[in-house]
Amino acid sequence: MSALLEARHVTKVFGGGLLRKTQTVALENFSFQVSGEVPRITAIVGESGSGKTTLARLLLGLVTPTTGEILYRGKDLQKLSGEERRSFLRDVQAVFQDPFEVYNPFYKVDHVLELPIKNFGLAQSRRERRAMVEEALHAVGLRPEETLGRYPHQLSGGQRQRIMVARALLLRPRLIIADEPVSMVDASLRATILGSLLKLNEEFGISLIYITHDLTTAYQVSQDIIVLYRGSVVEAGDVEQVVRDPQHPYTRLLVGSIPLPNPDRAWQGERVLGRPVAELAPTSVSYCKFQQRCPYAMPLCVQEAPPLFQTSGRRVTACYLYREAPALQAEELVTIFANGHRQQAAATESALDGETN
Amino acid sequence: MTDVLRVEDLRVYYHTEAGPVKAVNGVTFSLKPGERFGLVGESGSGKSTIALALLRLIRPPGRIEGGAVFLDGLNLLTLDEEEMRRLRLARIALVAQGAMNSLNPVKRIREQISLALRDHGVQMSRSELDRYVAELLQRVGLRPEVGDMFPHELSGGMKQRVCIAIAISLEPQVIVADEPTSALDVVVQWQVIDTLRRVQEELGASVLLIGHDMGLMAQTVDRIGVMYAGKLVEIAPTRELFREPLHPYTQLLIASLPSLDGKGDLRGIPGLPPSLLNPPPGCPFHPRCPFAMERCRTEEPKLQEIRPGHWVACHLH
Repeated sequence: MSALLEARHVTKVFGGGLLRKTQTVALENFSFQVSGEVPRITAIVGESGSGKTTLARLLLGLVTPTTGEILYRGKDLQKLSGEERRSFLRDVQAVFQDPFEVYNPFYKVDHVLELPIKNFGLAQSRRERRAMVEEALHAVGLRPEETLGRYPHQLSGGQRQRIMVARALLLRPRLIIADEPVSMVDASLRATILGSLLKLNEEFGISLIYITHDLTTAYQVSQDIIVLYRGSVVEAGDVEQVVRDPQHPYTRLLVGSIPLPNPDRAWQGERVLGRPVAELAPTSVSYCKFQQRCPYAMPLCVQEAPPLFQTSGRRVTACYLYREAPALQAEELVTIFANGHRQQAAATESALDGETN
Repeated sequence: MTDVLRVEDLRVYYHTEAGPVKAVNGVTFSLKPGERFGLVGESGSGKSTIALALLRLIRPPGRIEGGAVFLDGLNLLTLDEEEMRRLRLARIALVAQGAMNSLNPVKRIREQISLALRDHGVQMSRSELDRYVAELLQRVGLRPEVGDMFPHELSGGMKQRVCIAIAISLEPQVIVADEPTSALDVVVQWQVIDTLRRVQEELGASVLLIGHDMGLMAQTVDRIGVMYAGKLVEIAPTRELFREPLHPYTQLLIASLPSLDGKGDLRGIPGLPPSLLNPPPGCPFHPRCPFAMERCRTEEPKLQEIRPGHWVACHLH
């Protein structure tokens, strides 16, 4: 069995055409997979420029990798047949940051919910369609009588965002990719929306990739976490280990910069790390991208980008401070996540399948 | 100590076809010299409207309906336009929401800061002005060369520091900062707030920080006022508010915040904020309140001092 969705050595470079000389590497040699067998929640965390949104768009097939591939059930997203493409569009759903942008203001919200049912022929009758819509709304904590028959502007941001979650749910997908689903929603509703995403995972066995800049919600929601910095994985693994005891200097900076809603906990920000050492000039094209800001930078850091050092059974850190630990290949990242071995076995199998095809 | 800023029963309505939207509906609070006071609330609670009203920047269909804003004993709401214009920036300055996007894209940073100074009648020679701009930039942690740059050459965090530099250029007594770090990355957010705190302490100014992020408030301000549906429902020193919130809305809001201290239930506040066009009778929070009693549906609770410095508007207390 191949994984539901897999990124294999994916690199995405923007720019560098005739007019633009500068190239931006948005994502570099990224490998990851969602098995689809075991419902997992993985958080992908990064600041602006980390490549997290590019990754979401790559996984959804909205942009194509510069090198590497995105595979849906073992087949390149760009090479799916019509039938396979329909199945992909149903299995993998997206929830985006701004719930207003995806609505057509001239249609009632009913339209947003009924369209996928019609497109995929999920209901035999109007009544059945209505029942499905109501069930999905209930699942995300909305009352149909307060939502249906209204126009998008008559609903709050939180309601609109929950309708998007309900819409994703209607298709009974295997995976939901949520890119900053609560960053524009008020605090009192944030927990409600994240709670409804969690419920989809628990009750319907849907896997979730939660993409965010917010480490606290990532910690609350996910089991596994991947921290990105300027297109590369800096630290990944079990969320308890990574967030509560961060190893990579960047992750430590990120955790230390969160203003916790507790006045007794210090907000250290940059004081967590101390001053960076004198800037080292990179001696190769591949180097640690955090070294300019890192107080621990050493000559090694500018000679070659650090690999993923496996510092425990469930965590990797891409930092030479941990070079005593065994190094993993990029494609082995998935082995550190829970049930990872099973997934990895499946991946090897699919690679063999690929050869025989 | 006498208050540097005192807001009394401030009312601001937006007049729409459907009737007046009572965005700020009778708000009273004060700032002590050198104090950092936070106004926290969700979207639509009226907090940004307060920021604009303090600087008399409310535009139609909005209107200040009543109340008073005393800055050092002077009621700003009774001044004429010209008097108010001279006072802005000089005595009370605003770092507006998204201020960094309000910089003029075709003017160098130095010119923009100089313009603000000259607008307020500062008489300085060219070289004195250049020297002062360089000093201001340095105070907000920017290199003097930034003065030669255009806004598009700066990052979001740098632009926001330029806005802070402009805000402190005439050494005001009060700095009103409305969501100064929204849309900034978390590391940059820390840098900007750290800068704001430092320059405020150097100036001895008071800060009114307006925002929705309880974490930011917990880490930044001395006292917090919690807004709900155009009213203040609780005011308390920061530590006390987090240790022992008294209003059910504050309690639920704090309980809904995700922490790093262990995974908990993700529980939001059920229901929605009320319409400000037709606010419910009685306590505005009663439709969502787990402790609502009969009295809450009819009689509006007044903001009362339950303990020294701790005010709450709730019939439970």
